[in-house]
Amino acid sequence: MRKYLNIITAYSIMMILIILVGIFQSWSIALSILNYCLISAVMTMGANIQWGYAGLINFGIMGYTALGGLAVVLVSVAPVPEAWSAGGFNMIMSLILILGIVLVVKYILKKYKSLKYRNYLIALVIVFGIILIRIVASPGIEAIESVNPAKTGFLGGLGMPILFSWIVGGLFAAGLAFLIGKIALGLRADYLAIATLLIAEIVVSIIKHEDWLARGVKNVIGLKRPVPYEINLQTSPWFINLVEKLNQGKLNLISSVSEKKDILNQLVIDASSVYVKLCMTGLFLTVVIILLILTQKALYSPWGRKMRAIRDNEEAAGAMGKNVVKEHLLIFILGSAIVGLAGAMMVTNDGLFTPGSYRPMRYTFVIWVMVIVGGTGNNFGAILGGFAVWFLWVEAGPIALFLINFFTAHLDEANALKVHLIESAPYFRFLMIGVGLLVIMRYRPKGLIPEKINTKKI
Amino acid sequence: MSFFEGNKMTAGYGKGPDIINSCTIKVDQGEIVAILGPNGAGKSTAMKAMLGLLNLKSGSVVIDGVDISKLSPQDRVKKGISFVPQTKNVFAELTVKENLEVGAFLREDNINKVIEEIFDLFPILKVKSSQVVGQLSGGQRQQVALGRALMIKPSILMLDEPTAGVSPIVMDELFQHILRVKETNVGIIMVEQNAKQALSISDRGYVLVTGENKFEGSGDELLNDPEVRRSFLGG
Amino acid sequence: MELLNALVLLLNYTIVPAITYGSQLALGAIFVTLVYGVLRFANFATGDMMSFGTMFAVLLTYYFQSVGIGLGILPTALLTIPFAIIAMILYMLFIDNFVFKYYRVKKSAPVQLAMVSVGVMFVTQAIIRIIIGPFDRRFLDGEKFILKASEFKEMTGLNEGLTIKSTQAITVVVTIILVSILFWFLNKTKTGTSMRAYSDNEDLALLSGIDPKRVVMITWIIAGFLATVGGVLYGLDKSYKPFVYFNNMLPIFAAAIVGGIGNPFGAFLGGYVIAFAEIFVTYAYKKFFTYLLPESLEPDSLVQLLSTDYKFAVSFSILVIVLLFRPSGIFEGKKI
Repeated sequence: MRKYLNIITAYSIMMILIILVGIFQSWSIALSILNYCLISAVMTMGANIQWGYAGLINFGIMGYTALGGLAVVLVSVAPVPEAWSAGGFNMIMSLILILGIVLVVKYILKKYKSLKYRNYLIALVIVFGIILIRIVASPGIEAIESVNPAKTGFLGGLGMPILFSWIVGGLFAAGLAFLIGKIALGLRADYLAIATLLIAEIVVSIIKHEDWLARGVKNVIGLKRPVPYEINLQTSPWFINLVEKLNQGKLNLISSVSEKKDILNQLVIDASSVYVKLCMTGLFLTVVIILLILTQKALYSPWGRKMRAIRDNEEAAGAMGKNVVKEHLLIFILGSAIVGLAGAMMVTNDGLFTPGSYRPMRYTFVIWVMVIVGGTGNNFGAILGGFAVWFLWVEAGPIALFLINFFTAHLDEANALKVHLIESAPYFRFLMIGVGLLVIMRYRPKGLIPEKINTKKI
Repeated sequence: MSFFEGNKMTAGYGKGPDIINSCTIKVDQGEIVAILGPNGAGKSTAMKAMLGLLNLKSGSVVIDGVDISKLSPQDRVKKGISFVPQTKNVFAELTVKENLEVGAFLREDNINKVIEEIFDLFPILKVKSSQVVGQLSGGQRQQVALGRALMIKPSILMLDEPTAGVSPIVMDELFQHILRVKETNVGIIMVEQNAKQALSISDRGYVLVTGENKFEGSGDELLNDPEVRRSFLGG
Repeated sequence: MELLNALVLLLNYTIVPAITYGSQLALGAIFVTLVYGVLRFANFATGDMMSFGTMFAVLLTYYFQSVGIGLGILPTALLTIPFAIIAMILYMLFIDNFVFKYYRVKKSAPVQLAMVSVGVMFVTQAIIRIIIGPFDRRFLDGEKFILKASEFKEMTGLNEGLTIKSTQAITVVVTIILVSILFWFLNKTKTGTSMRAYSDNEDLALLSGIDPKRVVMITWIIAGFLATVGGVLYGLDKSYKPFVYFNNMLPIFAAAIVGGIGNPFGAFLGGYVIAFAEIFVTYAYKKFFTYLLPESLEPDSLVQLLSTDYKFAVSFSILVIVLLFRPSGIFEGKKI
């Protein structure tokens, strides 16, 4: 029990903090933070599997997150038949062309191993292929994007349940990870970091600029939800009754009927938003718990031991006949798939897909801070890191504002410095996160909850 | 009393076990001393301890009567002790001449004269002086390594397996070079795997086993000692 | 005549901008490569450090303008560069002393230092945003053009104009001066040689009496020059916006790796490779072909390999290709 004490303490502190937000700010905000904490925890677990289990730096988190988000759009949005009939054929032809190019390149790679100009030949095929694809695709793209551009202008999705897209998001990310892994996993750790960072940037720029796919920076809004809508709740008798029952005491104090009705109305509106968020929390929590059980089981399985052996001494593990590259690829794919899943969860939670918002600062580096802060190689630590850093990220602004006001209390309201600082309050979050990361790395290099391997088991 | 001696040195890496135990190595100027022994006997460790790359738990290192046990490797280099590591013993990305110049960074005087002396010793380096060392052959690299180490005009030169990984022909050539260096009144300590060949050019030799002195004597004595022959020289 | 028009068109829209942009990237790439070679980590704070130096130049430019100090036709910012460099170097040495040094002494893995540099990136970004804010700022003054399109047309009688902005000329001139001095320093001076020796083989350098503290300090000083000058030149030519500087880290990394990381001359060339590739691949050649081809063959599409939206993606794809086929960079071999 003792060894879990610090984990329990840390988790309790986080819960208390969120409850404090509920009391002092509002329950709706508290639940929003909690939901994002859970999503962050999933992302962190994905990154932690790669870094903590295998020592791989993956700075491409943003790319997988965006792909997960894209999956939500492609799976859940209703298809746009007009767009399909306008340009669907061209797009399918382009897809076939892409497959064709890949096959041709593979064929060349296989068949002409010794050919001197092989690389030039491949380059030629690719350039020619791109030109061909552009010729085939551009009329299709134009046609698709001109179908009711204000609302659709894209092919739409499959119109399937949104929860299904979480799995698809994971698969998308896994596919990308497979590609990247094949290209970059042989590289030194810091090269891998740079390469993944840049590849993620490519992925996001494609999603941003290919409007026919998911409307690009014009965003997709009004996505389906796996949980009820507030507006429906507010008109459902059972929900109104429930709220009434819960607030019986408060309502009984009010005598005027019309006033009572107004207050009940307000309560129902508030409660509906809390209820919706609670449903989301339930879903996310389920995911987190399932993942936690799976990752913990994996960590202590023979496979987990093998992974740690590889991480701690790649050469020795390689010499013992472990296929290091293959294991790395597998873990790279698994971790990325979890990040993709988290990306899908996030878009589901927001109800909108905004490719323009994917920036490496927020979706790669902050996640990495979560991993480092939580404790590498420890899943409980990863979840805590996701919670703690997200909480700080959100609440840093208010905290900074409070501190600024406190320290400049003696200054005049119109004092230039004070005004400037107050305007800059949102940026203190970068400072806090950065300083936090540096302090943790220096004084607690293994994170808040360090990796604990039960040596007896080995 | 020899010119350079490591007396009863005991040392190990970090908090690990002692690799060498009360090990003593002595060398005079103008003398070649070979350190031999099976793998893991602590040959390189003894040499590194003398250079100060690891701390002594007991024992002392003395040069010319001065105790230098507490000095850093850099300060020992300033005392005239030069070291050629087994691997990565040249600046592969620098030219031959730059390698020699870097070797002489601790000298204040005009180094051109010293460079000329090195070129006399290793004529091939003069030819290749503006080439990048990474492009040279293995034997030429070893000459660069020796030349770099000699740039401070050391009184003691320590070589860690100078012939590891070079062909037999190059090995003979290298030993010839080492003999020429000896003639300039430098004391040479070398750790060697090729025991027979090393002893044939050495004045004296030490055989270490599990970090302790097992045998010592002149090159001929060791070569003819039946026990040494049986255990270390392959009959 | 048609051929000349076509060439001027290319010169104006691709070559001149590519040389300018390439120079700016090259300075950043040398910065990355030096830090990587000597201090042995990938510095993820690169873009923000450049931003930090530029911020001082911007603030001082505003100050100088307000008190009426200027350089006439040249931008005031040039006058502020030395002060900005000093501030930059002090900041870098401060960070090194309180952050990087600890890990260097402990001989931590490069990966750890890279993560630490992410922390520095956050802090630097915060300081910049708190001091100057996240907004887009222009601080170019003085004469804007050296050659205007209309003047060129008048001079030559061609249809196509050639514009040379003063910032483009300044960028190229300053880059040539700075890079020449740097390569002279690295190759011909004792300190430069010791830096290269340290970067090549640390242990042997220590045995040769090279003082690592001095090498590290000089590396940061040079880095301060490169980061500030590179940043100011970029800002003069385009504009100063902290987020853009952060993002510029990506093509700069690409340039450094394409040139073979740890190799300053490779990084210098890598900057141009990336810049030319970005601009050539995303330029629409329609007009160019209109000049060259007979009317019947004139293209009706834009003749553009990729849309300009994919500018960054191009450089990153080059990086991926280089990583695939020549992970040690395309200028392998003799360094510097």
